[in-house]
Amino acid sequence: MSRPTPAGVRVRHLSLHVVSIMIGAVIIVPVLFGVLGGFKDNGQLATKPLALPDPWHPENYTGILTSSVFWRQLFNSTFIAVATTLVVVGTAAMAAFIFARFAFRGREALFTFFSIGLMFPFAVAILPLFILLRSLDLLDNPFGVILPQAAFGLPVTIVILRGFFRTIPGEIEEAATLDGCGAFGFFWRILLPMARPALATVSVLAIVSSWNNFMLPLVVFTDQSWWTLPVGVQAFQGQYVADTARILAYVTLSMVPALAFYAIAERQLIGGLAGGVKG
Amino acid sequence: MSTATLTRTPAATQERGRRPRRPGRGVLTIAGFLLPALVLFVLLVIVPIVVAGYTSMFKWNGFGLPQNFVGADNFTRAFGDPIFLGDLRRGGILIVLSLVLQLPASLALAMLLNQNLRGRAVYRLIFFAPYVLSEVTTAVLFMMVFSPGQGLGDTISSILGATGGAAFADPDTVLYALFLVISWKYFGFHMILYLAARQNIPRELTEAASTDGANPWQIFRHVTLPLLGPTIRISIFLSVIGTLQLFDMVWVMTSGGPIHGSETMAVTMFQYGFRRFEVGYASAISIVMFGLSLIFALFYQRLVMRRDVEGALTTRGVQR
Repeated sequence: MSRPTPAGVRVRHLSLHVVSIMIGAVIIVPVLFGVLGGFKDNGQLATKPLALPDPWHPENYTGILTSSVFWRQLFNSTFIAVATTLVVVGTAAMAAFIFARFAFRGREALFTFFSIGLMFPFAVAILPLFILLRSLDLLDNPFGVILPQAAFGLPVTIVILRGFFRTIPGEIEEAATLDGCGAFGFFWRILLPMARPALATVSVLAIVSSWNNFMLPLVVFTDQSWWTLPVGVQAFQGQYVADTARILAYVTLSMVPALAFYAIAERQLIGGLAGGVKG
Repeated sequence: MSTATLTRTPAATQERGRRPRRPGRGVLTIAGFLLPALVLFVLLVIVPIVVAGYTSMFKWNGFGLPQNFVGADNFTRAFGDPIFLGDLRRGGILIVLSLVLQLPASLALAMLLNQNLRGRAVYRLIFFAPYVLSEVTTAVLFMMVFSPGQGLGDTISSILGATGGAAFADPDTVLYALFLVISWKYFGFHMILYLAARQNIPRELTEAASTDGANPWQIFRHVTLPLLGPTIRISIFLSVIGTLQLFDMVWVMTSGGPIHGSETMAVTMFQYGFRRFEVGYASAISIVMFGLSLIFALFYQRLVMRRDVEGALTTRGVQR
């Protein structure tokens, strides 16, 4: 193949940019519609939905930001995501340690048992789960969401962590053992600190899936004070059906934390998905 | 293919033979480390699924103990129920649309973005962003976009041929409008998978093909595409499983309507289980969902993913 001329490269790059910008617009325009729509009143939305707000109405945003409902939901989502992550990463790291570095009969069968869970969605188990949580008196209790989320997050977390733990050379463990380090000492003082990148990856995945979970908090929390953002957004939309501008403001505000988190943790998230899915 | 694939077996086998027994590696240690995860998993994942299997054989409203045993009646009822059969058909349509439109488009885009393009990182950041938004947020946002009178949604609705100008209010177009929103949210995810796999292909391979006189299409067809095989197969797998279990977006946007035009198995299950308190029948639907996912996974793994020794979702020896 002849080497492309600089001009040819430039033309090709230009067309690539055009395609990319068009697709980027498809992504951004609906989001922008939400952000700007929140600054309009409903009259403006009806007459010129795509124009810039004129005049700008910050009331929808300020109204939401000064009421406690939004902040409460933000807190709930954060608390539940962090607690879920601590539980799932903690227990999965211990299990992955065993699966990665101990040899015993039935290990692979047990590991398979966990990894089959990769296919179980909440939807399959939600009814009995609900009944179980009801009988354990965990409805309207954040742990009614945290513990099942952690349980359903175990398979993917164990799979990724075991893979990483296996890459740490056996010599390090032998040296630690010679220095008098027990299994727990090695796990806690050497393995976990060395596995920080993998722990970051699985934590980010756990946070995102907890943050976005809808079905479980929807059935567990009838008490509004425990609602998470997804449940809150849906309820807000039902409450203000006709007030499109206000709904758009609420949706926009609920997107901000997720997008901010994405901006910070993009590397872990993408690395985790690409690496984790690849196996 | 990652190099890790090649180093799989030694790690596992060497460990056993080489090392002398060391203190603190006994049954108690193993049990102590495994127990928390095992308890959590068995109690909150396995038991509920087994219980769902049990209650699917009863006519039960969810209160007290199930006593009215009906055998397979709930299942025969489901497979005679036009709504449930419609769920299967709609799921099939969504899967086909994803496989012929969404995934190939994601792949094409990933190939474009693999070039040395200035600003590539920014494009990637934007394309992937919808993935981090919750399905609920996405759903509410698009309901507003598609509410009648909003120029943008109206245009798309009329392209889809919706009567009355609102794609989500017409049972004939709602599924396709839903597919557009699904694609908006998920194409970036698949694109990222392809892109990561593409960047793992050594430059030498494509360069060698190019030196041998292959044109870009031939390079893609005979070098890149086969090497992307494992990733493509996993991406198809995730897309199909995800579609079989679709709930959040549909529930928020349409609750399955209008006239069941966008209803999915999970929505039907939720309606019966949490709205009409026919828990036995709803359990049967969730068991069918589970069964379909499982059968698909097993067959797919046997027939298609067999060559990928280390697919993330294979049942044996999963590792990086």
